Amino acid sequence: MQENDIWSECETYDREQFRKVQSERLVDTVKRVYEKVPHYKNKFDQHGVSVEDIKSVDDLSKLPFTEKKDFRDNYPFGLFAVPQKQIVRFHASSGTTGKPTVVGYTKNDMTMWSEMIARIVTMAGVTDEDVAQISFGYGLFTGAFGLHQGLEHIGAAVIPMSSGNTEKQIMIMKDFHTTALISTPSYALHMAEIAREMGVDPKKDLFLKWGLFGGEGSTEAMRREINGAWGLLATENYGMSELIGPGVSGECLALKGMHINEDHFIPEIINPDTGEVLPEGAVGELVITTISKEALPIIRYRTSDITSLNYDKCDCGRTTVRMAKISGRSNDMLILGGVNVFPAQIEEVLFNVDGIGPHYQIKVFKQGYLDRIEVDVELIDANYLDSFGKLENLNQTIKHKLRTVLGIDAKVNLMQPRTLQRFEGKAKRVIDMREDK
Amino acid sequence: MIIKQLTVFLQNKSGRLEELTDILAKNNINISALSIAETEEYGIMRMIVSDHEKALEALKAAEFTVKTTDVVSIQCPDIPGALHETLKTLTNNGIDVSYMYGYSNGGTARLIMKINNPEKAMEIIENNL
Repeated sequence: MQENDIWSECETYDREQFRKVQSERLVDTVKRVYEKVPHYKNKFDQHGVSVEDIKSVDDLSKLPFTEKKDFRDNYPFGLFAVPQKQIVRFHASSGTTGKPTVVGYTKNDMTMWSEMIARIVTMAGVTDEDVAQISFGYGLFTGAFGLHQGLEHIGAAVIPMSSGNTEKQIMIMKDFHTTALISTPSYALHMAEIAREMGVDPKKDLFLKWGLFGGEGSTEAMRREINGAWGLLATENYGMSELIGPGVSGECLALKGMHINEDHFIPEIINPDTGEVLPEGAVGELVITTISKEALPIIRYRTSDITSLNYDKCDCGRTTVRMAKISGRSNDMLILGGVNVFPAQIEEVLFNVDGIGPHYQIKVFKQGYLDRIEVDVELIDANYLDSFGKLENLNQTIKHKLRTVLGIDAKVNLMQPRTLQRFEGKAKRVIDMREDK
Repeated sequence: MIIKQLTVFLQNKSGRLEELTDILAKNNINISALSIAETEEYGIMRMIVSDHEKALEALKAAEFTVKTTDVVSIQCPDIPGALHETLKTLTNNGIDVSYMYGYSNGGTARLIMKINNPEKAMEIIENNL
């Protein structure tokens, strides 16, 4: 592991210090939301919990959950805890159906946000020496602006590139000597393809050292693919607009989980079916309570992300709890013939097969009463063209590997390179055509 | 003689073949022989072209999965039994053909054969036919 600085002393608190700051801030947050946000007052009253019941972080599980639906029901500003006058920034999530999820920030929230990002980019290796190219889309999405402010805060030079226009991205990277790339992992892979197509060898002709990826989950196999294609060190960071945007947690160079900024976000792991809080180390749905936000404090937000927590001290010296890579989302879990499948599992299989490219598409549909799944992959290794036997073997190998994960047979379609859709933002890999899921 | 064949992966989808011939046409590359074998989902196109290096480069640039393969090209008379004679000679000498295609024109037939050991095959053909 490479040595690097720790941005804030808060990242090395002992458990007692975390408990103290979490308890103080939680009590304050609960009081504020009860007084300022009618939604929380009603919910706490219905749930039979009063502000006085919350004396420390131990009382957290007495509080009701907040869900995505609560944002929709209170669209646009119903969950805000401050008058509009104090809001200095709006963002909104890319709602694919219906109204977007709207979030707001006060001046203090913006300062806190920058501070959170400063910690995360520092732990990912970035310093004031670096030139950071932000290839997230600028706009209502929190990713680009979030990283932008934090990177400026630590003194890095920011290129607000936005997503798209990939040839130009590569040109700027080359000419500005970009050393840190900030994007979704799938866009990073796409950019590497374009670079090679342009005759640019990312490892020789570019200067990238760090890759900070977020906005969507990724697997270890995808990390290896990105590291190999770019010659950089990829880390992952995590967040969501409902909580703040990026800045909830990030990976340090030890690459053993994402450090959660616990003095601002309290994590819990629950059983997604029962809501019961699970013990340390158990895998379940991540629930986050924000304890320092002014404009939009959120109590026990159900993220739908499946992970686990590790409280051991990290090799990097930080003591903040680490969350494992997201292994799936409780709401994008596919149920295929009664078997629970996360797209990330399929991705892990595909990335470990030689001969095919990193892009894929999963199609799920009904044939009669049965669930059928098809996986499209791109054949990139021409050596399989010697005979149909070789191609068929490749197909069978993929099928067999998928079967061990999925429990049912998937049809594997070998496609020509560059025929599957590329994504500049969050990749949409699954097309579920079943009417009744 | 041993010549270079281009082998291209094609999805069995409308327009794919036309895309390929368009690239060859634009690069002024002539096709002298070709065969397409296909399954329901995809096909393998094998062809002999006027400039295989240029064609390989152009197709790679257009993101086709493509490679060159050594194949044996022989000429035999365009009469009944000629192909049989050729194959018999090869078989008797322990040479297997994985696939082949051909055409006849003006009294002779040209055969393109994929053989595991093309050098040995050429030697046998030269000595025996």
